[in-house]
Amino acid sequence: MTSTHGHGPFIAAIDQGTTSSRCIVFDRDGRIVSVDQKEHEQIFPKPGWVEHDAKEIWANVQQVVAGAVEKAGITAADVKAIGITNQRETTLLWDKNTGEPVHNAIVWQDTRTDALCKELGRNVGQDRFRRETGLPLASYFSGPKVRWLLDNVEGLRERAERGDILFGTMDSWVIWNLTGGVDGGVHVTDVTNASRTMLMNLRSLAWDDRILSSMEIPAAVLPEIRSSAEVYGTAKGGALDGVPVASALGDQQAALFGQTCYDKGEAKSTYGTGTFMLMNTGDEPVQSYNGLLTTVGYRIGDQKPVYALEGSIAVTGSLVQWMRDQMGLIKSAAEIETLASSVEDNGGAYFVPAFSGLFAPYWRSDARGVIAGLTRYVTKAHIARAVLEATAWQTREITDAMTKDSGVELTALKVDGGMTSNNLLMQTLSDFLDAPVVRPMVAETTCLGAAYAAGLAVGFWPDTDALRANWRRAAEWTPRMDADTRDREYKNWLKAVERTMGWIEDEE
Amino acid sequence: MARTIQSLERAAAMLRLLAGGERRLGLSDVASALGLAKGTAHGILRTLQQEGFVEQDPASGRYQLGAELLRLGNSYLDVHELRARALVWADDLARASGESVHLGVLHQQGVLIIHHVFRPDDSRQVLEVGAMQPLHSTALGKVLCAYDPVAHSQLAETGREAFTDRTVTDLAELEGVLDLTRARGWAADVEETWAGVASVAAPIHDRRRMPVGAVGITGAVERVCADGELRAQLVAAVRDCARAVSRDLGAGRF
Repeated sequence: MTSTHGHGPFIAAIDQGTTSSRCIVFDRDGRIVSVDQKEHEQIFPKPGWVEHDAKEIWANVQQVVAGAVEKAGITAADVKAIGITNQRETTLLWDKNTGEPVHNAIVWQDTRTDALCKELGRNVGQDRFRRETGLPLASYFSGPKVRWLLDNVEGLRERAERGDILFGTMDSWVIWNLTGGVDGGVHVTDVTNASRTMLMNLRSLAWDDRILSSMEIPAAVLPEIRSSAEVYGTAKGGALDGVPVASALGDQQAALFGQTCYDKGEAKSTYGTGTFMLMNTGDEPVQSYNGLLTTVGYRIGDQKPVYALEGSIAVTGSLVQWMRDQMGLIKSAAEIETLASSVEDNGGAYFVPAFSGLFAPYWRSDARGVIAGLTRYVTKAHIARAVLEATAWQTREITDAMTKDSGVELTALKVDGGMTSNNLLMQTLSDFLDAPVVRPMVAETTCLGAAYAAGLAVGFWPDTDALRANWRRAAEWTPRMDADTRDREYKNWLKAVERTMGWIEDEE
Repeated sequence: MARTIQSLERAAAMLRLLAGGERRLGLSDVASALGLAKGTAHGILRTLQQEGFVEQDPASGRYQLGAELLRLGNSYLDVHELRARALVWADDLARASGESVHLGVLHQQGVLIIHHVFRPDDSRQVLEVGAMQPLHSTALGKVLCAYDPVAHSQLAETGREAFTDRTVTDLAELEGVLDLTRARGWAADVEETWAGVASVAAPIHDRRRMPVGAVGITGAVERVCADGELRAQLVAAVRDCARAVSRDLGAGRF
């Protein structure tokens, strides 16, 4: 259907993700013109450790950019800007004189900093830096990972203090290399990525000196914090030589932006292996007392920053995979809907997939998974239904927490990700939330968000209203469940959740 | 009873032989068990192997039942799998055509809508997943009848209601429409089901070239047609989409 795409100009978005790097070229209507993608190696040196080879990632990024440009049949002159989105929190230190990483990148899932995080909490605990950063002390975030590298790579601290070492999340690494690397590359990060380091003050949007000294991180390694949508520099060499590099957003924030959640109270939820839900809370950071994270949603140029509350669900799509791979009850993920649709309801069964504890809003590491309410009547089809309902109820718990923290009622939920092809799940979600659930026409909201931000920075699109006009509703599910049923079912779900707690008695 | 075909009987006996007792048999085992000359047995085994009903172990040269037999017994493509594979292509078709997109499969005596993408304007629309459409008058239904023999046999048995004065209800005349559909590779419905509404649909095939569903666009007749004809660009977009989904399901290029 290339004939209907019209001609340029275009925006290229680079998505440097956890398992692969992709480049998508978009046209002015926000439609996909071409895609290229390449996976990179997941390195597991020890149990709980996850690393990436940053050199491999940069080589892949160059390849997919060239690939997408070639598939689109265009040249650098047709591309008005490059946008970046990336796996969040993954941490790299490299030598600014040689461009060589000093160690593999430490990936967000890596848990090697667990003990360090406990130690950093001192007598206060995991909320020691929450007021400043909006985050609990947990192994995901970059700051403790930087500290680990400085402590464990020989001679690194001295080199860092001398000013020879640069720190960055993957946005910084890609932008530095794109804009020339050792030959004048710019060392920057954007507010959304910086908000996941645990080193940035959410209100001032600057590095927090007190936290830096608590974590013993020299300020010399830090990139300059910039907005999410402005020209950081121009690409030097490669398929897009001379094109402005004009946006950076963490992947979940990019999806929020791509879903055009520009008003306070608008929220998106991305359903993959796990689920990430972000709600726009306007230009004030909202402290969470219900187990959510406070983070920067985006900042366009010198406009006011927009903040967000974030809740994540560890096990959603992976529960369907578990039913397929471990239980063998279905042959493909899509079949869960066929099996679940063969019955009218859950038959009294509830499945709480607390496989590695309960996350937001409970944060109970002593919990383990439970299937509750079993009788002779219950079949595998009822369990399949309970599996889908688990994703919907967990979303409900996050939205309830968001409402409590922000005082804003959810009006509609915008969804994306692989599980949105499950019609029964989407209907159940709408029933349990008692709110419409809306799927947009472009599923690639992460890349689209990066493209939108870059396009705004160079005037390709005039403002967020123009982006909103591009947004198209592909499907909408509206609630069909009566309030009594919903309340009764929610109560049962909460009872099942209670039964997961305290299973692990002795935590080592 | 009419005369039976000896080689088919022998092939059936071979399959039964391979299904019971020892799981892998050499050529001479098969030949002697069935009292056949080696050359005859080999010819039949080779034919069965070509059809995928029998597989030969490359190391030992022994024969066993093929994967195709399992698929025959369990050949149904999960409709939710079909929807998951079609999702991006259906979205793209809606954007390219500016019209709503429906994906349908044969269910009982009609078309079951398994996927629906809204028309990309900001109008209020209701999700039609789970709804049924008639076989004889809609573009989706005609495509299914033209390509799927089961759908075709349903057509003769169902009541063919005249929804508008353009609905074709005469069976002979419908056969002509289905011939045209097979010849062109797509079907249309111009105000034959709903006044003022036109649609175009094309078939989706799986990796064995079996028709598994149909995808099409539906919109106001003024937009979908021009000068009394279906707009060629829309027909091309629908066929592109059907081909893309078929490719995703493993069907070869055609």
